[in-house]
Amino acid sequence: MRRYVIRRLAQAVGVLWAAYTLSFLVLDYLPGDPVSAMAGAGMDSSVVDPARLDELKKQYGFDKPVLVQYVDYLSRALRGDFGNSVSTGRSVTSVIADALPQTLQLTGMALLLATLFGGGLALFATYTSQRWLRQILLSLPSLGVSIPTFWIGLMIVQLFSFRIRLFPAFGNDGLRGLILPAVTLAIPTGAMVAQLLAKSLLTTLDEPYVQTARAKGAGRARIHLGHALRNASLPALTIIGLLVGQLMANAVVIETVFARNGLGRVTAAAVSIQDIPVVQGVVVFGALVFVLVNLVVDLIYPLLDPRIVVAATARRSPA
Amino acid sequence: MSRSLAADPATRAGLEPQVEATAPTPGPRLGVDVRRLSRFFLRRPGLLLSLIVVALVALAAFWPTLFTGRDPLLGVPADNFQPPSARHWFGTDELGRDTYSRVVHGAALSLKATLIAVAVAFVVGGALGLVAGFVGRWVEDVLMRFVDVLLSIPALFLSLALVTALGYGTVKVAVAVGIASVASFARVMRAEVLRVRQAVFVEAARSSGTRWYSVLGRHVLPNATGPVIVLATLDFGTAVLAVSSLSFLGYGAAPPAPEWGTLVSDGRNYLANAWWLSTLPGLTVAATVLATNRIARALDGEWANQR
Repeated sequence: MRRYVIRRLAQAVGVLWAAYTLSFLVLDYLPGDPVSAMAGAGMDSSVVDPARLDELKKQYGFDKPVLVQYVDYLSRALRGDFGNSVSTGRSVTSVIADALPQTLQLTGMALLLATLFGGGLALFATYTSQRWLRQILLSLPSLGVSIPTFWIGLMIVQLFSFRIRLFPAFGNDGLRGLILPAVTLAIPTGAMVAQLLAKSLLTTLDEPYVQTARAKGAGRARIHLGHALRNASLPALTIIGLLVGQLMANAVVIETVFARNGLGRVTAAAVSIQDIPVVQGVVVFGALVFVLVNLVVDLIYPLLDPRIVVAATARRSPA
Repeated sequence: MSRSLAADPATRAGLEPQVEATAPTPGPRLGVDVRRLSRFFLRRPGLLLSLIVVALVALAAFWPTLFTGRDPLLGVPADNFQPPSARHWFGTDELGRDTYSRVVHGAALSLKATLIAVAVAFVVGGALGLVAGFVGRWVEDVLMRFVDVLLSIPALFLSLALVTALGYGTVKVAVAVGIASVASFARVMRAEVLRVRQAVFVEAARSSGTRWYSVLGRHVLPNATGPVIVLATLDFGTAVLAVSSLSFLGYGAAPPAPEWGTLVSDGRNYLANAWWLSTLPGLTVAATVLATNRIARALDGEWANQR
């Protein structure tokens, strides 16, 4: 078990480092001239003062060889310093930290809604014995993943804020303002949960142990909830990292639609003005969240399914 | 041939068509049975409708004048904010431009971006997977670790980073979207190459002295591309969504050009008084994605499983 934990930790750190390197290559190396892009950020002047360019070059270390730059950046990033926002001058870490709570609320709520309704849909669709109802329910998720989220958001705003004045259309005020964006954000994710869970429920219900339970006289509901659901939800657990990443990325669009302040809004704004340090910070943060969630899932998984550790360690030590 | 027979019951056993492109090998079917084809479509009206939708979108992209004679950029100020009617099917916007003709002309930009995105993902991802699977050893390790890293960054974030680096515009957005889905193509391609590489006919070709590039080009590649093509059709829908999301955020073509995402975002300011401005272009995007996803599902096993 200890070997398993150590290996997973090492993998997580490796992926994170590589993600940082990738973001460095894309953002700091790929633009022919990141400095003039950054110098132009925030103002629409095409003529940039050459003295300011040199100053910026020195400040961001672009006058040094790429490898030196990279080592510099990496060592600072390891200490949690991702540089300063070009437009506001504040440190990237504090920009992200300030915007994060709003986005955490939103994505947390959306994840909750997605699991509840996506999971409920899958359970009910596989439980019902009405063929037509099952067909309709099982086709809903593919609808959910096909409709653009920004459009769903606009339609919901139109309906619930302009036609029926039930919820505020824009802004961050409290729970009432949270409901519409969270529901919108939950739709594609919930659809993915429903698709996966329904599929794995259908396979699980065909397993011999379910037949045994049925033969022993367990009721349909008991088999579904007591026997099948636990095993069927394991595959769903493995994609939770993917789902959280997707939620964070979709938050960029949703926060723009609902004009909420949060990490997504910060990201969209940073991309618009080519605020490279902020974009890099957000990208690395996204990878960090993905890696952390996956690490937690990897560490919990053996408790739910002991076969994993056995399989992972058996190859190394046949003890 | 025996391979596809062996693979068949496995796919038929599942109630739902497999989403992961693993088993169905679209082998060469010479002379398509017309009766089988017509029965296949008659039983699936949704699929037929999807094909029609995709065909219409493609037509609109290449010959927009077939659908509308109006200029998408020409506004008639007197006609602004007209609701949908027989004259203006999708209504008019704040400058009096016809939304329907803007949607039709927008198809060209949006479809172009989508095709570029899928092509980038297909070529780059396919090449990575092919090299990884065919060469093996440390090359495979390095390439697949790289793919893992690509997967660890949420797709939209990766696209946004690329847009920041490359700049705005339809083509740049398309490339950014394509790069973001390289990873899944590389994975599927590698899995297929690994599977085909084990096949007896590859061994036979090798042992009879065929050069490695002939083995690759004539034996491995043709037999490994099937699932990757299925993935490409699936990715088409994803790419339409991603491209329209990015152009909704304002990173697509410059303002007067009618891109679908841009149309939806323009209509945003008039939600309260002109519902049609973002509703109808958005509905077009949704219909296109639904249709391509339906076709992808049909390619992914449904046809091969039906008898």
